[in-house]
Amino acid sequence: MAINLDAALGIHPQTLDFRVERTKILAGNLANAETPGYKAKDLNFQALISGINAGMPASSQYEVGYRVPYQTSADQNTVELGKEQARYSQNAMDYQTSLTFLNMKISGLKSAIEGQ
Amino acid sequence: MSFGEIYQIAGAGMHAQSIRLNTVASNLANAGAAAETQDSAYRALKPVFSTTYNQTQAGEVSGAQVEVAAIVETDAPLDMRYEPDHPFADDQGYVAYSNVNTVEEMADMMAASRSFETSVEVMNQARSMQQGLLQLGTK
Repeated sequence: MAINLDAALGIHPQTLDFRVERTKILAGNLANAETPGYKAKDLNFQALISGINAGMPASSQYEVGYRVPYQTSADQNTVELGKEQARYSQNAMDYQTSLTFLNMKISGLKSAIEGQ
Repeated sequence: MSFGEIYQIAGAGMHAQSIRLNTVASNLANAGAAAETQDSAYRALKPVFSTTYNQTQAGEVSGAQVEVAAIVETDAPLDMRYEPDHPFADDQGYVAYSNVNTVEEMADMMAASRSFETSVEVMNQARSMQQGLLQLGTK
């Protein structure tokens, strides 16, 4: 029986990569909170999950979209700082969650290998 | 996975905000400075922010970095005060003072330092994320 490490780790490496990419996009939004005309962006997690469910191979190409602001500003910037900071924190926690799952998978494999 | 770009974005953000703080410092230092002629009067400096993107492979998304595209002088009217005894007074007895609005500058200063702190936080967060990844499987 061959051991497939990818299958053993499951979805978590892919979500970890998604979280890093999303951190990058959200960091860009935060940095451009005061740039006139900047449009806030985000990645689509739903599209990633439905792609994985449909059996698409793992890749680091994610669907990106523009945020619809609650209120437009005079300089056409669509970053809403508070909401963006909240998303950034949530995304960082989600990253830690994926990392914890991955750690648990690895320690599970480790104890299976050591047989203790 | 591109942690590198996150550091770049945060670094560019800090750089842009410190340029903005520089202009605020310069404006506040020159608030209330009189000039001999209207042309030589100090005019408040303002940075103009713009967004830059890195070149990426097809299908990949670049992070949005902020940069200072230009530093422009504001065209707000100068503060013309009637002081006929002033050595810089013109024929009508008016002296040209700089057009710096100190209240606006103070507000700008607070906004700039908050944005700077946001970039610092982003960088700290990215660092702890990468650190967690490096310790994968050791716990």
